[in-house]
Amino acid sequence: MTDEILEVQDLQLAFGALKATDGVSLTLRRGEIHALIGPNGAGKSTLIGLIAGTLRPDAGCIRLNGRDVTGCDAAARARAGLARTFQITTLAPELTVLQNVMLAVAGASGAPYRFLRPALSDPALVERAGGFIARVGLAGRRAVRAGDLAHGERRRLDLAMALALAPRAFVLDEPMAGMGPDGAREMTALLDLLRREAPILLVEHDMDAVFRLADRISVLVSGRIIASGPVEAVRADREVQRAYLGEERLA
Amino acid sequence: MRREPVLNTLILLALLAVPLAAQALDEPFLVTLATKAAILALAGVGLNLALGLGGMVSFGHAAFFGIGGYAMAVLAAPVQAYEPLMTWPMDLPGTKSMPAIWLAAMAAGALAALVIGALSLRTGGVYFIMITLAFAQMLYYFAVSWPAYGGEDGISIYVRNGFPGLDTLNPLQFFGLCLGVLLLALGAMHLIARSRFGLALDGARQNPDRVAALGLRPARLKLIAFVISGAVTALAGALFADLNRFVSPSMLHWQTSGEIMVFVILGGAGRLFGPVAGAAIFVLLEHLLGGVSEYWKLFLGLALLGIVLFARGGLIGALAGRAVAHD
Repeated sequence: MTDEILEVQDLQLAFGALKATDGVSLTLRRGEIHALIGPNGAGKSTLIGLIAGTLRPDAGCIRLNGRDVTGCDAAARARAGLARTFQITTLAPELTVLQNVMLAVAGASGAPYRFLRPALSDPALVERAGGFIARVGLAGRRAVRAGDLAHGERRRLDLAMALALAPRAFVLDEPMAGMGPDGAREMTALLDLLRREAPILLVEHDMDAVFRLADRISVLVSGRIIASGPVEAVRADREVQRAYLGEERLA
Repeated sequence: MRREPVLNTLILLALLAVPLAAQALDEPFLVTLATKAAILALAGVGLNLALGLGGMVSFGHAAFFGIGGYAMAVLAAPVQAYEPLMTWPMDLPGTKSMPAIWLAAMAAGALAALVIGALSLRTGGVYFIMITLAFAQMLYYFAVSWPAYGGEDGISIYVRNGFPGLDTLNPLQFFGLCLGVLLLALGAMHLIARSRFGLALDGARQNPDRVAALGLRPARLKLIAFVISGAVTALAGALFADLNRFVSPSMLHWQTSGEIMVFVILGGAGRLFGPVAGAAIFVLLEHLLGGVSEYWKLFLGLALLGIVLFARGGLIGALAGRAVAHD
C-alpha cells in the first residue's frame, strides 16, 4: 500500500495557445488535507476537471491508489474511489435529499440497472443513504427537494453524496464558497471529520479555512505550481506572497 | 394531499365507461374510438419514458410506431396470401397470432431504438430532436418506396389477428385487450420510475455531470430507457395496425411523431397517466371538432399552447399539482 493516494504527474492541457495546465505535479497523501490555492484564472477548475475525468489531458498521468486512471472517464474514476464536489453546487434539484444520496449509494454499488424493485423500499439503499445524511447534519431534511434547500444545506448534501461513494480521495471544489462566517466555521469542522475517511484535495478561496485545515498547500499561478509544501513554508514564500497573498491584500 | 392517484383512477374509469356505455347505447363506433385512445396512449407511454423521465426530446417516435405496424404486416401478410414468410435460410411461415406479432414488433422497435439512440445520444438538445426526426423520415421514405408492402398506398390485412381465447373482431373484446396491454405497460412504467434505474435516469436527466461523478453513466442509462421506450411504442404500432387492419407509411410520418409528442406534453410529461389523458383528449377533440371543421387541429394547437404556457406539468400537473417525491 502506497502512502500516495492520488498522484498527478506532469499534467498538460492547452486550449489553443493558452496553457491552462502547464506541467502540474502534485500528490495527495493518506490522512492529509492538501489545499490548492491560486488567484482567479490560475487554472484550478481546469486541474480539478482533469483529475476528476471531465477533461482529458494532452500529456501527463494521474494515478489513484497506484493505478493509472488517466484513460478512465469520470464515472470510472468515481467508481475507482474519487469523490468530487462541484464549485457551483450541482445536484438533482427535483429529487429529495434522500433520493440524491441514494443515487450516490447506487452509483458506488455499481448496480443501477435494477428495473422493478422500488428504490425507496430497498433497505440497502435507504439505510445507507440515511446514515450519510445524518453525518452531515441533514437528518431532519430527508424529504426536502434539493432545489428547495438553503445554500449551506446544499453544500452539506453535496458532501453527503461524496461520502456515500466511500471514496479513497476527496476532491472538493470551493466548499466554502458563498457561505457566511458561521457556515464556513461549521463546514471547516465537517471537513475535519471528512479527512478521517479519506484525504482531501481542497480548492478553496477562504484563507482562514485553508490555514486552519491544510497540512500542505500548493499554489497554482497561470497553470503552474509555483510553490508547494507545509503551510508555514508556503506562507513565508516570497514568490507566493507577491503572486497571490499580496495581491489579495492589495485588493 | 395526494390527488394524482385519484385523478389517474378517474381517467381509467372514464376510459372504461365510454365503451361500456357505447355498447349499451348501440354505438359501436365509440368503442373503436376508445380503443384508438388506448392504443395511442400506449404509444405515448413509450415516449414518456424517454421524454418525461429521460429528458430525451425524441421527434422520431413515429419510427418505432411504424416499425411496429410494419412488423404486423410483414408477419400477417404472407398468411393472407397463402405464402411462407421466408424459405431461406429456413422455412418460416407468417403468423396471425397477436402475442407472436407483439414480440416481433417490440424486438424490432428495441433494435431500431438501440441503433437510432446510440447515434442520436452523442448529441443533445436541438440536434437530438433533428437527428431523431431525420431517422424517422428515412424510414418513412423507405416505406414509401417499398413495393412489397404497398409503397405509398400501404397494405391491408383483411382479417384482424387473433389472440388465444378472444374474438378480436368483437370491438369490445379488442378494446379490453388493448386496455389490458396499456395497463400492463403503465404498471411496468410505474415500477421502472420508482426503481434504482428510474432514480438514476431521473438524476441523469436533471444533472448528467453530477451523476457521472457518482460513478453512473448518463449516456448508457438514457440509451437503455430509449430502447425500452422504442419497444413500447412499437407495440402500440402493432396494435394500431390491427385496429385499422391497415398499415401505411403515414404511421412513420413526422406528423405522427408530433402527435405522440402532443399526447405526452398535453397530458403531462413525466407523469404516469399524462399520455393517457393526452391521447384521450386528442381523440375526443378529433371526434368532436373533426366533424365541425377540418381545421380542428387549430383548436388542438390552442389547447397545447395554453397547457405549455400556463401548466407546465400538462393536464395532470394542472389538476393534481406537483409530483410527490416521497414521504
